[in-house]
Amino acid sequence: MQQVLGNISVLATMPIFNLGLLIDGLLIGSIFALAAYGLALVWGVMNVKNLAQGDFIMIGGYITWSLGRLGFNPLIGVPVAMVVLWVLGWVLYRTVISKVIARDLFTSLLATFGIAIVIQQGLNLAFGPDTQSAHADLPTLSLAGGLITIATTRILGFVSAILLAVAVVLFMRKSRMGQAIRATAQDSRAARVLGIDTEKVYSFTFCLNAAICGAAGALVAMVWNVQPFLGTTYSIRLFVIVTAAGFGNLPGVIAAGFGMGVFEQFGGFVLGAEFQQALIVLLLLMVLAVRQLQQLRIRQAVQ
Amino acid sequence: MTDAIIELVNVNKSFGGVIANRDVSLTVERGAITGLIGPNGSGKTTLFNSIVGYHPIDSGTIRFEGREISQLRVQEIARLGLLRTFQTTRIYGKMSCVQNMQISIPHRKAAFFDMFAYERAGVIERAEHLLAFVGLYEKRFLRAGSLSFGQQKLLEFAMALMNEPTVLLLDEPTAGINPTLINGLIDRLKRANAEFGITMLIIEHNMRVIMNMASKIYCLAHGEMLAAGEPDEIQRNQNVIDAYLGAH
Amino acid sequence: MSRTSLHPITIGLLLLAGVAAPLLFPAYTNQIAVLWLMIVFASTWDILGGQMGYNSLGNIFFFGAGMYTSAVVQIGLFYDVGMYTSGARTTHIVFTTAQYFTGFALGMMAAGVAAALLALATSWIVFGLRGPYFAIGTLGVAVAGAELIASWEWVGAAGGISMPVFPGAPEVQKLFFYFLLFGLAFVVLVFLRWLYSTNFGLAINAIRDDEEKAEAMGLYTGRYKRTAWAISAFFLGIAGAIFGNMTGFIEPRDIAFPTTTFNIFMILMVLLGGKGTFWGPVVGAVVFHVIKEVTWTYFLGWQFVALGLLIVIIVVYFQQGIVGWLMEKYPERFGIRVAPKEKQDLARPASLSPQPEGAE
Repeated sequence: MQQVLGNISVLATMPIFNLGLLIDGLLIGSIFALAAYGLALVWGVMNVKNLAQGDFIMIGGYITWSLGRLGFNPLIGVPVAMVVLWVLGWVLYRTVISKVIARDLFTSLLATFGIAIVIQQGLNLAFGPDTQSAHADLPTLSLAGGLITIATTRILGFVSAILLAVAVVLFMRKSRMGQAIRATAQDSRAARVLGIDTEKVYSFTFCLNAAICGAAGALVAMVWNVQPFLGTTYSIRLFVIVTAAGFGNLPGVIAAGFGMGVFEQFGGFVLGAEFQQALIVLLLLMVLAVRQLQQLRIRQAVQ
Repeated sequence: MTDAIIELVNVNKSFGGVIANRDVSLTVERGAITGLIGPNGSGKTTLFNSIVGYHPIDSGTIRFEGREISQLRVQEIARLGLLRTFQTTRIYGKMSCVQNMQISIPHRKAAFFDMFAYERAGVIERAEHLLAFVGLYEKRFLRAGSLSFGQQKLLEFAMALMNEPTVLLLDEPTAGINPTLINGLIDRLKRANAEFGITMLIIEHNMRVIMNMASKIYCLAHGEMLAAGEPDEIQRNQNVIDAYLGAH
Repeated sequence: MSRTSLHPITIGLLLLAGVAAPLLFPAYTNQIAVLWLMIVFASTWDILGGQMGYNSLGNIFFFGAGMYTSAVVQIGLFYDVGMYTSGARTTHIVFTTAQYFTGFALGMMAAGVAAALLALATSWIVFGLRGPYFAIGTLGVAVAGAELIASWEWVGAAGGISMPVFPGAPEVQKLFFYFLLFGLAFVVLVFLRWLYSTNFGLAINAIRDDEEKAEAMGLYTGRYKRTAWAISAFFLGIAGAIFGNMTGFIEPRDIAFPTTTFNIFMILMVLLGGKGTFWGPVVGAVVFHVIKEVTWTYFLGWQFVALGLLIVIIVVYFQQGIVGWLMEKYPERFGIRVAPKEKQDLARPASLSPQPEGAE
């Protein structure tokens, strides 16, 4: 408790720290926003709530880390991870996801949870339980007389995340497949009637999401760290973002992603790093509680 | 004056930009059968949903037995004795007909520990009596979900009766029913009204049915109350005819 | 399922199995004890999941809560808990036989009650949620429980608590905990059989089949949901108290609130055996536990990967479970009567789907 109060007072007395945390939060938040967009995409198009999202990210992270260890520039991890995860997404879609789309929602949740466990444990066996990072050996910027430090890798991550997000959004707007996806999301039956191959759309969407996670994972490995069981934390985090914003609300999801990044930076500073998971879970419960209250006013439940 | 058991005054409800009900007022007389007609999209089911508390209304009053109910939730209103049946006929699919009936006893009288009581003999007797009333006695132990659509509708009706309602809101009770069975259903509705004293407000598209049963009819069109009166008045009302034939 | 109690022969067989097992397989007493625990897990999960239609991913919360409540009572009655759990303690603390058993007995009762109260407290957080939101919300509760305990110094935080040592020979200890777990499982089965035969059983089934309809018929859905949650919590709390003492050492993430092991086993066992049936969870527990115990060591570190795969396979390919499958093949045997296929009502075209509510 003492420490918490101490940390709060630091923030209060030195406003410049707040700025540092804010910037860091936004930089990290960009990656959250990217991954959250992927989650919202799959959710909106196929009504599948992918509990393995965070674990896809971890795979992307480990690919990048491995590349780094082999001597490559970790930045190559972004495209490589995207490709690998696209393929993985395709495999998972054919073997598991396509079979659970039509069923009740708990089934798809459990199925993705099962996948999450397989991935986590697999990563643990392959890479061990230690936390890893793939540093790109880039300089750290020092502002405000050394009170704010910003790793250039984080800025790079931020820029990459933004570029990727813009690319995906443009794709969704302009390309045929993108339009097909949006049509299917709105009304899958109507889309089918109009000749859209919804199976292809679902498959593509799932692969796209996996690739997005791969890219996010690569960035995470460079900007933060990876660990086999960190996937769950990410999954919950992203779920909070999408639930808070509402999955159809793209700008909301992005804003919430940034918000989450900032919130975690401040929370981590005030409470200490070991409370990371606790903080995120409490946030989840809070968001769900708020949702319920909102729904209560129109006499519905959260479904 | 007539005893109004349900009173709506200037009820307004919109969804997003779409106005489903605009300044709708109506009264349902106790013990009578009242009809609610109107072309598709006129706001009938929305009105029903508002009355039973499924969603809050934007403005207006809804009174049941003199008491304002527009702030109450579905369960609370149901426990006051105001029940509804669904257009899509909802029953408990995995349970038998008798079980469906058993769980439909009026819960307003239930104390906390009644949860743990067994099926009392009186309840099963009444359930079987009502199932016989709707003609489902032979099928009473069958799984409800395996019954035909028409039979499920009858079961839903029986469940509603089991709940001892004061008022029953029926949403298109004859929709999807084989024409030869409709007479039987009308007959049962009338008997329920006469013998059990249940007031009814019925949404219907089948003119023959509703003109036959109702003592007063309201006609909605485009979310507004177009006309109200006795069956023959309504049938001769030019506005009503135009609304159905699409002159507006 | 309308019989009010287990058939006397079934009771006899259960008792026989329970008593005979440790005599016939003394080397496996602990494993069979855990089997009874699994039966408790599966049966309590099914109250909400199978009978009421609310799939919980967080039931393990009550297991852990009970475990810690019992620990606090068992220790706190005689010593200062904070002192006992602090890592800096150098004195070796011993509990007398009387202290141990009094503490344990009170601990178990407190565990059950505390868990039930926690269920009532958490019900307002979770019961406004449906389907996957409910699942994730309950998972959140369970993880929150783990994290809360892990950061609470008074109960040992992440370092855990060494439980009071059983005052007796290892042989006696094994049998003691075996019969406790067997006794709990037995009570749970008898209780649930009775419970499902009352209005409660009908009500929660109605909630599962169509909750909105149940609300529209005036059913006190909230009451039933909270009570079902509290009942599962009660038994899980006691199970936690017993298991905590059986293992001798408790800690938040892997023993008290194991969200990726016991928590998931519960669901798997019920799916495997047959959701929403009385014996399904029991069958599923037995099959799962036996297979797991036999094959565990052969997996050489790949156990959890295999577990994840098993989840996926069961969920995708075998959702109705063993008993569910049997019930579909031989419905008459289970007292289910299905209407023979008749000609559909002529007025309704076969492809007409119901209008969504509010279309008018």
